[in-house]
Amino acid sequence: MKRILVGIKRVVDANVRIRVNPDGTGVMTDGVKMAINPFDEIALEEALRIKERGAADEVVVVSIGIADAQQQLRTALAMGADRALLVRSDTAVEPLTAAQVFLKLIAREEPFLVILGKQAIDDDNSQTGPMLAALWNRPQATFASKIELAASTAKVTREVDAGLETIEVDLPAVITTDLRLNEPRYVKLPDIMKAKKKPLDTLTLAELGVEPRAQVKLVRFEAPSQRQKGVLVKDAAELVGALRKRGVI
Amino acid sequence: MTQVLIIAEHDGAKLNPATAKCVTCARGLPDANITIAVCAADATAVAAQAAALAGVARVLKLENPANAQPLAALLAPQIVALAADYTHLLGPSTTFGKDLMPRIAALLDCAQVSNIMAVVDATHFRRPTYAGNAIVTVECAPGAKLVGTVRTASFEAAGGGGAATVQAVTPAATLPAHTRFVARAAAKADRPDLQSATRVISGGRALGSAENFKILYELADELGAAVGASRAAVDAGFAANDMQVGQTGKIIAPELYIAIGISGAIQHLTGIKDARTIVAINKDAEAPIFEIADFGLVGDLFQIVPELKRLVAGSRALKAD
Ligand SMILES: Cc1cc2nc3c(=O)[nH]c(=O)nc-3n(C[C@H](O)[C@H](O)[C@H](O)COP(=O)(O)OP(=O)(O)OC[C@H]3O[C@@H](n4cnc5c(N)ncnc54)[C@H](O)[C@@H]3O)c2cc1C
Ligand SMILES: Nc1ncnc2c1ncn2[C@@H]1O[C@H](COP(=O)(O)O)[C@@H](O)[C@H]1O
Repeated sequence: MKRILVGIKRVVDANVRIRVNPDGTGVMTDGVKMAINPFDEIALEEALRIKERGAADEVVVVSIGIADAQQQLRTALAMGADRALLVRSDTAVEPLTAAQVFLKLIAREEPFLVILGKQAIDDDNSQTGPMLAALWNRPQATFASKIELAASTAKVTREVDAGLETIEVDLPAVITTDLRLNEPRYVKLPDIMKAKKKPLDTLTLAELGVEPRAQVKLVRFEAPSQRQKGVLVKDAAELVGALRKRGVI
Repeated sequence: MTQVLIIAEHDGAKLNPATAKCVTCARGLPDANITIAVCAADATAVAAQAAALAGVARVLKLENPANAQPLAALLAPQIVALAADYTHLLGPSTTFGKDLMPRIAALLDCAQVSNIMAVVDATHFRRPTYAGNAIVTVECAPGAKLVGTVRTASFEAAGGGGAATVQAVTPAATLPAHTRFVARAAAKADRPDLQSATRVISGGRALGSAENFKILYELADELGAAVGASRAAVDAGFAANDMQVGQTGKIIAPELYIAIGISGAIQHLTGIKDARTIVAINKDAEAPIFEIADFGLVGDLFQIVPELKRLVAGSRALKAD
């Protein structure tokens, strides 16, 4: 069975205005809209397209998190994933722990491809993909904007600071997605009904034999310093004058 | 003493300015002794540039034909082979560092702190989360080895005048054959680099086409500015991917940033909030970009941008007289 494993992290929706909570222990999440990490939606879309092309047989989505992450997994099933795994953890896991969880699941599921997001938009860590590839001792192709699969290799175009880079990796491999890899499909109502019947299994970290690490303590959250609102100028001439006065042009 | 190893970013000939910013970050660590590792096929030129950075004690050349391209899967085991001597391993939070550093961290079985924006002490750092909408202070286990990526927009580049010793090393590492470089389509190098330019002009969805971006280039030429773009402009194909500014693009800190036809979504603003002066040009007076702009101009960009160009060119000519 040619299988693809996809990470689905539950995060605060990208459109929510983030507020730090008053005691500085985190951000406000009560009643806030949650969503699939946008990069993970792209990862899933890519996996589904690969399957629809006949290059994979099964797409398995994985979320590590609280019971409510089932919502995001159900959405992923509605998008077209075949089955879902929820690895329960009541506290947020660090990227190294997330990578260790994926490594254990790889041993069980033997995927030929693992597709994760290039970053989770809550912690903005950008670590899990390369960490997993390192632990697995397999290639990584990060920031993918194009994936061409052959029998035992993948050619991946990566969005790097200098432009576009293409590398070739042997499979199995870890790929992380960038924004322009694809545009995720919308979920249709009948698919939401169908998704309810798809398998969603729950596991614990202990069952997987993963001891969560807590190496980086989040001591205090603060709102960022705000820039002061400036002035409106009436036309281009006034703008040029103001910039000259500041010495920036 | 804090033993810091910084992994140099370079293109084979030139040290990327991001590395000099990592040096400044590292100098914030107590009693830091700083080493820079240069992985290259021929590291001579880059090592010399690294050795000239103020505050650097030592430069290590890791020369290997396999290091001609910065492939994380090949570089990581070499760095790991040297890691025993260091307490902190740092790289820039560029695509180079984001690709490489977590691979190193996992091989060392240690944690990574991403996007360090301030060093409090050897174990406490500040970093942005939620697209910069929350700043978190993190505490790392004392005595544990730490990998970090440095948010380059938060640090000035280290100056020159240094005279570090340069030394060739051959780490005992087996390099995998499973990852191969194929090609790189680099952006045109005939204009200032977005990440180090002192002036940046960015265009958004409002530009409407790649063709229309030309008016930004013309203004940029007058100002000696780099050109950036919003995600919407890049997604629409008006601008190249390497021009994207923001949470998932480049984080920049120029002296002057001019946002043209950009609404000011949080994901965009997080990439520019360290700019010294921000100018917004937008026809919608309610656009959120005006909330953070030092100077705002409400109007049609297609009329304002050419006028700006004329004015800037005119006043330059005047000054030259
Ligand atoms: C996970 C995630 C990551 C993201 N990362 C980034 C990122 O890194 N960078 C980024 O930029 N975005 C990012 N975004 C997208 C971001 O949310 C916005 O959608 C995007 O920045 C909007 O681009 P824009 O301002 O060009 O377009 P719009 O929001 O459509 O704004 C266009 C503006 O142009 C103005 N305008 C129109 N015509 C004219 C005219 N003739 N003259 C003057 N003004 C005019 C309009 O008033 C409007 O304000 C991300 C989104 C997500 C979900
Ligand atoms: N708790 C999680 N559950 C599922 N996937 C995750 C989790 N944490 C990280 N990932 C995956 O790793 C990617 C990068 O996350 P990060 O390293 O935290 O920025 C995400 O886009 C996901 O694909």
